Amino acid sequence: MSTVTTPPPSGKKLNYIGLESTAYRGAKTTLCAGCGHNAITERIIDAFFELGIEPTDVIKLSGIGCSSKSPAYFLNAAHGFNSVHGRMPSLATGAVVANRKMIAIGVSGDGDTGAIGIGQFVHLMRRNLPIVYIIEDNGCYGLTKGQFSPTADLGSTLKTGVINELPPIDTCALAIELGASFVARSFSGDPKQLRAILKAAISHRGTSMIDVLSPCVTFNDHEGSTKSYAYVKDHDEPLSEVGFVPYFEDITVEYDPGTTTAVTLHNGSRIVLTKLAEDYHPTDRGKALQMLHETARRGEYATGILYVEPNKQDFVDMLGLVDEPLASLDQSRTRPGKAALDEIVESFR
Amino acid sequence: MSVTAPVEQETGTTAAAERIVNDFSIQIATVNGSGSQTANLVLLRSIFQMGIPVSGKNMFPSNIAGLPTWYTVRASSKGYIARKKEIDVLVAMNAETAKEDVLTLTPGAAVVYDEPLKLNELRKDLIFYPVPFDKLISPVTHDAKLRRLVRNMIYDGVLSRLLSIDMGQMERALRKQMGKKLKAIELNMNALKAGFDYADTSLPKRDPFVVEPMEGQTENMILIEGNAAAAIGCMMAGVTFVGWYPITPSSSLCESLIDYLKKYRKDPETGKATYAVIQAEDEIAALGMVIGAGWMGARAMTSTAGPGLSLMAEFTGLGYYAEVPAVIFDVQRAGPSTGLPTRTGQQDILSTAVLSHGDTKHPMLLPASATECYTMAMEAFDLAERLQTPVFVMSDLDLGMNTWMSKPFDYPTKGYDRGKRLDADKLKAVGEFARYRDVDGDGIPYRTVPGDGMPPFFTRGSGHNEKALYSERADDYTSNLDRLTKKFETARTLVPKPEVQMSGRGGIGIIAYGTSHWALIETRDQLKNEQKIDTSYFRLRAFPFTKELFDFIDAHDRVYVVDQNRDGQMWSLIKLECNPQQVAKLRSIRHYYGLPIDGRSLTTELLKQEQG
Repeated sequence: MSTVTTPPPSGKKLNYIGLESTAYRGAKTTLCAGCGHNAITERIIDAFFELGIEPTDVIKLSGIGCSSKSPAYFLNAAHGFNSVHGRMPSLATGAVVANRKMIAIGVSGDGDTGAIGIGQFVHLMRRNLPIVYIIEDNGCYGLTKGQFSPTADLGSTLKTGVINELPPIDTCALAIELGASFVARSFSGDPKQLRAILKAAISHRGTSMIDVLSPCVTFNDHEGSTKSYAYVKDHDEPLSEVGFVPYFEDITVEYDPGTTTAVTLHNGSRIVLTKLAEDYHPTDRGKALQMLHETARRGEYATGILYVEPNKQDFVDMLGLVDEPLASLDQSRTRPGKAALDEIVESFR
Repeated sequence: MSVTAPVEQETGTTAAAERIVNDFSIQIATVNGSGSQTANLVLLRSIFQMGIPVSGKNMFPSNIAGLPTWYTVRASSKGYIARKKEIDVLVAMNAETAKEDVLTLTPGAAVVYDEPLKLNELRKDLIFYPVPFDKLISPVTHDAKLRRLVRNMIYDGVLSRLLSIDMGQMERALRKQMGKKLKAIELNMNALKAGFDYADTSLPKRDPFVVEPMEGQTENMILIEGNAAAAIGCMMAGVTFVGWYPITPSSSLCESLIDYLKKYRKDPETGKATYAVIQAEDEIAALGMVIGAGWMGARAMTSTAGPGLSLMAEFTGLGYYAEVPAVIFDVQRAGPSTGLPTRTGQQDILSTAVLSHGDTKHPMLLPASATECYTMAMEAFDLAERLQTPVFVMSDLDLGMNTWMSKPFDYPTKGYDRGKRLDADKLKAVGEFARYRDVDGDGIPYRTVPGDGMPPFFTRGSGHNEKALYSERADDYTSNLDRLTKKFETARTLVPKPEVQMSGRGGIGIIAYGTSHWALIETRDQLKNEQKIDTSYFRLRAFPFTKELFDFIDAHDRVYVVDQNRDGQMWSLIKLECNPQQVAKLRSIRHYYGLPIDGRSLTTELLKQEQG
């Protein structure tokens, strides 16, 4: 879905707020050439550009690992925080609650989320914190040279031939189960789908969890790996065409209610999901879980928006905070007067 | 009793004929969960209301119901509010511990006990007052459940008669405790009177301990727990974000804070909260949230105890290196591991000073009183933002959970110090923003926060240069670490100054911190009055140490450092910064059996080392 733009005199494409796409770029990547994560970075840049979001309204957060380096490679004008391994969810919780005006994007990996960070991941999903949470999922630890991660599939092999004997954690099923209100899976090699999902995720208010299969070209792209480019491409089962209409585009979409689900998000943007799979019911939590179990059993990766609950109360709303960011409240708002202190002291007499 | 160290049998205990006025301790031994708290607080408060300085210390098990609990009320006309080593009056309500409780008393002590326990057969050198609790409670109410709840008020009535505690004050204290529960007040009053009347008719006074009204010491004072005081301080400091995880003995800090915030920090127009409190999934997440909120520019805090601090180590290192403000209250308890979770200690000093991996060091504030829990909370938020680093407030279970007499808290006169936040004017002056550049020569750089309209930067715990860009260059790394050292030197000039009393005439100096202060007051009086030894006193109030500490050591022949831990942690920390001549002067006094330190033990140990 393209954005309404007026071609500038220079001929460069500007977005809704009049910025060029270069305004959304970051530092040069230091990841391996061909890394799936770089493709995801490009789609993140596309999505923010096409949505016309002011880069300074965004915060970028990550844990530790190859994936967690990538926030440095997009949105240079946004503050970023590359924190500690597996702990981005707590950092994000504090940051988002402290300033509810900011748009948060968190980038994690399958080890950062599924292993060391599984506890924090679980609680982030449970809280439905407003954040786009991306798992750049390659089934292995890249920075430490290719050990299995908890999303590696049963029977998948390392380069050395070692076979994974433990079942994988399905982060999407977990997220749906725990209460995340937007859950998707995509593939770094499917730019069209990933871009549309990212735009929908960013526009959703609540936790948008996206597991993006993102092959590690250096340690996990061989025959025997179920996270290689070839394997994922062969086993990618898109559930629907994902269409996204931003709130600022006045487009009427004609669709057949029998095959298409349209979801309106809190800001008026719309997701238009045209069914490719029979058992696709993206607003039914139970059916979404069942579908995930069945595709996994068949050895397929069901991709697309797996589950969406557009009107679920998010964590910040639940807290009943003032409208201004907590971080910018000054002393007049946060230090009670002398009468309050006197009253408290009196209670201890 | 099993929780204390063996009591030395001291000789020369006062004969019954003497009167010991306003100078004794009462220990009440009950079963956890038996509802003795009301009776104990009424006892404490009524003596306090009569003008006598008091302290109340709860020695409780890590258990909700069924295990032994001891509550100690100390009355001291001289104003000593540390734990008193000797128990003068025992109230034995717990069959399980009664025998041992009685056997460890010093001769001459009085014992009020539940008659069927037959404790009078155990010793001949104590004064026994048998009380038939069950018989006395039966006319008060027919309801078995209520009987159990108000039964403890009987010993308050007995003590009122025996120790001359004004019944009017007991009633006032009870009404304060019970609020508007009229039925409960009536029941409790009846139990109180039953105890009083029984003592009046059946227990002739044979012990020397009496309470007499005093003036000039408790007027206008309040009774408060350190954790509540800290919570008030945090609210007045303008905390906007709290991330916490329940752990004894710190939970009541955040719980009090939640209550105060709900009451006093809702926006008057909208009723919405000017704060957020999140109960995290663990202490790692609690500090992670605080670091996230602090990075965003909020005044953020957590409170915890030793095991939680261990989990917070990694994020503390990140906060130090990425330079993010955070306030962490550590209400210390006895470790290692789960240790004695309901007993006190100062056992996290050394590990907190350098918490996390790599070269780290952190400011620690060392409150000794409820007042300092309040004031240091505010100082901690200012320092954390000024220094852009995690700041620790090292309280302990004794301070945090026990009841302390305190002056009422003053309304803060100083506004918040939000530290070096870059604004348009400053940006113009410096020309270019570099997050980690030492513009002013004090090691503290300027910071920007998301959403402030100032230049952004990328925060990371990995190597970075002045401009916050990733760097593995040796010169970037070392100059950054050296600047952090310079920042720590700046911290030395900003942390709370010590309290120093120079009266040792160059001989003995004593360094103590935190709750040891109260025992120290007593010890110094004992040394002066009993041994004619004058001592100087240095009450340490913060790490990094200020210049005054080294001057103090230089000015004395020998300097004792008092620690409530096994390894003399503060003694070790001080030694790290001393020259060899100073190190040679330092001696260590350690107290570490889980109960608050007492003056007598401290005196004994100091004299032993003086003679040795």
